[in-house]
Amino acid sequence: MGIISRGFGGRRRESSPDLPPGQYLTHDFPVLSAGPTPRIPLDRWQFSIITETGEKHTWNWDEFTALPADEFTVDIHCVTKWSKLGTTWKGVSLDTLMADVESAADYAMAHSFGGYTTNVPVEDLLDGKAWVAYEFDGEPLHPEHGGPARLLIPHLYFWKSAKWVNGLRMMPEDEPGFWEAAGYHMYGDPWSEQRYHGD
Amino acid sequence: MELDGNALAGDLREVFAGDLTAAVFTCAGCGHAGAVATLRVFQPAPGLVGRCPSCEDVVLRLVRTPDRVFLCLSGATRLELSLDGE
Ligand SMILES: [Zn+2]
Repeated sequence: MGIISRGFGGRRRESSPDLPPGQYLTHDFPVLSAGPTPRIPLDRWQFSIITETGEKHTWNWDEFTALPADEFTVDIHCVTKWSKLGTTWKGVSLDTLMADVESAADYAMAHSFGGYTTNVPVEDLLDGKAWVAYEFDGEPLHPEHGGPARLLIPHLYFWKSAKWVNGLRMMPEDEPGFWEAAGYHMYGDPWSEQRYHGD
Repeated sequence: MELDGNALAGDLREVFAGDLTAAVFTCAGCGHAGAVATLRVFQPAPGLVGRCPSCEDVVLRLVRTPDRVFLCLSGATRLELSLDGE
């Protein structure tokens, strides 16, 4: 417990226009994990979107990696206060994955291998703001960082970028995911420091 | 007779004042019962996650903020505390 409180409180703020309030810059890539790292063989990997009417769209690894992919460079901000600027990824935009999905839902619950969940408004997934990423720095995404593939929503705190993601469930109403149910903010905007419930 | 939650004050003080690592949880996932001290705890993470040693389901989550603590016990159907010997 002491480690957590030191990690949250002990660092001095650095100033950079790209650094949200309360964050410090790091050049390594810390690994945060709420459980054992799942190792998912690519022939058993799949990603599904399930709509509010129960319609299911599924991609296996070959189908997923055959989709048009973006290479993009973004800043990431972890709620434990580190930020990493200029990270380079390759992944499939949620606009591409949602193109043929008929849904009027305003929210989605991201689900992962291993049971992790996190809730996101649908508008934060679209218009080039989110990806299912499978390469980091030109290499296949390492399991410790969420490989084979993770959600990437860089404009929200990094707990929303679910590692080992395997699907989205569309939801008419917002519901809390794994950390949101335990006291973290439902939305998680780093620029407004929406860390915890009530912030 | 119906009372409000203030009627729980004494009993809850007994539950939350002691060393809870000796308390016995029952896992909501698989029914396994064991001491809180036997949970598999994962960090670093945005909080502490205690997983069942039998099925790996999440039994408890604990999140500290600068001025609050959140304890989420939705993965446990109950906690059992011994009153003797303390
Ligand atoms: Zn269990």
